[in-house]
Amino acid sequence: MTAETITILTGNALLGGEVIWWTGQGWSRHIDEAAAVPDDGAAVIAAESAAGRVVGGYAIAATRDGAGIRPQHIKERVRALGPTVRLDLSLRPHDPAAAAWIA
Amino acid sequence: MYQYDTYDQAMVDARVAEFSDQVARRLAGTLGEEQFRPLRLKNGLYLQLHAYMLRVAIPYGTLNSAQMRMLGQIADRYDRGYGHFTTRQNIQYNWIRLEDAPAILTDLASVGMHAIQTSGNCIRNTTADHFAGAAADEVADPRPYAELLRQWSTFHPEFDYLPRKFKVAIIGSETDRAAMRLHDIGIRVVRNTAGEEGLKIYVGGGMGRTPMIAPVIRDWLPAQQMVSYLEACLRVYNRHGRRDNKYKARIKILVHELGADEYRRQVEEEFAHILTLGLEPPPAELARIKAQFADPPFDPAAIEAIDLSDPDFALWVDQNVHPHKAPGHAIVTISLKPAGGIPGDASADQIRLIADLARDYSHDELRVTHAQNVVLPHVRRADLPAIWQQLDAAGLATANLDLIGDIIACPGLDYCSLANARSIPLAQKISARFADVERQRDLGELKLKISGCINACGHHHAGHIGVLGVDRKGVENYQLLLGGSEGADTSLGTIVGPGFSEDGLVDAIERATEFYRAQRQPGERFLDTYRRLGAAPFKEAIYA
Amino acid sequence: MPDTVIRLRDDAASTAPVVAFAELAAQGNATAVRLQPGDDARALLPLLDRLELVEVAFPGFNDGRGYSAARILREHGYTGELRAVGDVLIDQISHYVRVGFDAFAPDQPISRAAIDHALATWPEVYQRTVDGRQPIWALRHG
Repeated sequence: MTAETITILTGNALLGGEVIWWTGQGWSRHIDEAAAVPDDGAAVIAAESAAGRVVGGYAIAATRDGAGIRPQHIKERVRALGPTVRLDLSLRPHDPAAAAWIA
Repeated sequence: MYQYDTYDQAMVDARVAEFSDQVARRLAGTLGEEQFRPLRLKNGLYLQLHAYMLRVAIPYGTLNSAQMRMLGQIADRYDRGYGHFTTRQNIQYNWIRLEDAPAILTDLASVGMHAIQTSGNCIRNTTADHFAGAAADEVADPRPYAELLRQWSTFHPEFDYLPRKFKVAIIGSETDRAAMRLHDIGIRVVRNTAGEEGLKIYVGGGMGRTPMIAPVIRDWLPAQQMVSYLEACLRVYNRHGRRDNKYKARIKILVHELGADEYRRQVEEEFAHILTLGLEPPPAELARIKAQFADPPFDPAAIEAIDLSDPDFALWVDQNVHPHKAPGHAIVTISLKPAGGIPGDASADQIRLIADLARDYSHDELRVTHAQNVVLPHVRRADLPAIWQQLDAAGLATANLDLIGDIIACPGLDYCSLANARSIPLAQKISARFADVERQRDLGELKLKISGCINACGHHHAGHIGVLGVDRKGVENYQLLLGGSEGADTSLGTIVGPGFSEDGLVDAIERATEFYRAQRQPGERFLDTYRRLGAAPFKEAIYA
Repeated sequence: MPDTVIRLRDDAASTAPVVAFAELAAQGNATAVRLQPGDDARALLPLLDRLELVEVAFPGFNDGRGYSAARILREHGYTGELRAVGDVLIDQISHYVRVGFDAFAPDQPISRAAIDHALATWPEVYQRTVDGRQPIWALRHG
């Protein structure tokens, strides 16, 4: 699969505050399950916020290829995985490639 | 230190009940996020990059071992086993769940702690000299005033929706160890020629986008008029501070735009009116609080001389131990800046160890400094070896106080949703480059401060060397500032030139320190050489 | 325009037309006036004896200028109705009352029961204001 730029939606879970990504049906903690959306996702975010399933939702640009989905801005990559200085607390604590994926 | 009476406890308990109800309504969907957000901020709960972040108040940076132990317990029970001490003498937890917030606040309330007004557009935690009550140069302990201020500002009904946040710092000596003039209100406790205690009031300082040093607004205020005068200062701000632009909403902008004279005039007018209202607590209230800050029973037989034959111990005593007002005693600074470490972070185990040391050796008292270290304020010199050994075993004995390794760094883009760049990895690289402690001591006093964005939580404007992280077309970039100072000689750093990559900045700092070493005259700190030579030669050396 | 006004007063509500502060100079005998956040409450001081209703507008709940306006009027002896109007929410009610408001015209309805519950939030208070409550420091020292 060649790399393509897509728009995906993200936010935080209301109850626990964890970072979540819109899958098209619901929210996942894993960015590779994020769905490409056709617009800024305002309608989805409004509905999901009203239902208490997301807080502070917004759209971001990401690159999708055979390896998965990677946000184009480092801030979103930090959100997707975890703090670069405590990768032991990240979603992939034993992954030696985690640091390079964020940076 | 101050102990809550039943009234204080009832107030904290009422707040826990109020916020618990608000959380329940939020989770049930009957309270929307827009209305809930300022309420949770006023209970210290942010939504950050990875989770909710809770900022717990440590009023004027003072706490006891039971409170410290609870901070460690919260780290273990509700977070990921560590906490972060901040540049406002508070502690932050990065991995909090909203549903746990009521339980956390209940636990905190059980030891007289809270997260009240640690965020939001209200009066925040008042910070103070971390050597208060211990330093030999103190005119008067500022903390009783800080406690009076805490009570006056807590749930103040008129000032709960200010144009912007409001930060106060208070000191009680000529030496400013709290960056007092870089606050919205700075207060120095002074004595007049008759020996009476009074206050010198500065208004309109701050860092961030438009750093300013607070001018003197009131040269002498009788101590027993503090509350009335602050009511006047805050009311003028609440009524006239800008609300059209978030970046122009601090009181420093109001004082700057009105001019100090006009701001003072408006305050005095309001003050004259407020003095007629009987708002001031009686002198007996300040006396009641002061009695709780009386000296602990210092050992009158404590001896000065200690065995310094162990070179590592001797080095730590020389660097991290300050003279105390009581003979045979000392002030210990516990460094939370190990070489290559995360500035200000402490594990739950380390927190518990520090609590035990306070209980065993420091009359059960601790301080948090705005440089993100922890202080044992009242130790006997004879106990220094035992303290050092336990600190050393826990990685808490780095002998780098006020040296280049004693870096102040905000959480940055690793944790904070406001950040433009990461600050901690940069701090770690600098710390590792300069890890050699003899090299650090040769460079001498060198306050290095890193902020990951213009909000300046790392106080970079006040660094002898300051670093500001920016986002340059999606790539992290770092600006280098020189010549800031937070002390009595407060000055703001200036940018030396174009920004650097992370590795480039470490090299640039090294070039700056090498230039200093080549140019310094006897007795000059880095800051002094910079002030003598000016920016131009440093810039030339850095960009050569 | 909100349907309901909740009053914490026993007297009859004013039926006078509410004059905007900006129009006050032109309306010589107004007895009811509405302040916007940027209006100077002190300009009403010469009129306090004849005013029976002062409305303070809160277009947004987080613009706190109305709190100062209310408290200033009470400090100078205003005893008429002081009504918070607009984005008035239950979580600010206890502070509204402490600075002198005794009536509310919220955009979103609030029940009287909710208000009574909100007013019971604080068993004690730290500051002396205009609500007559003894602050904690007064209780400590008699």
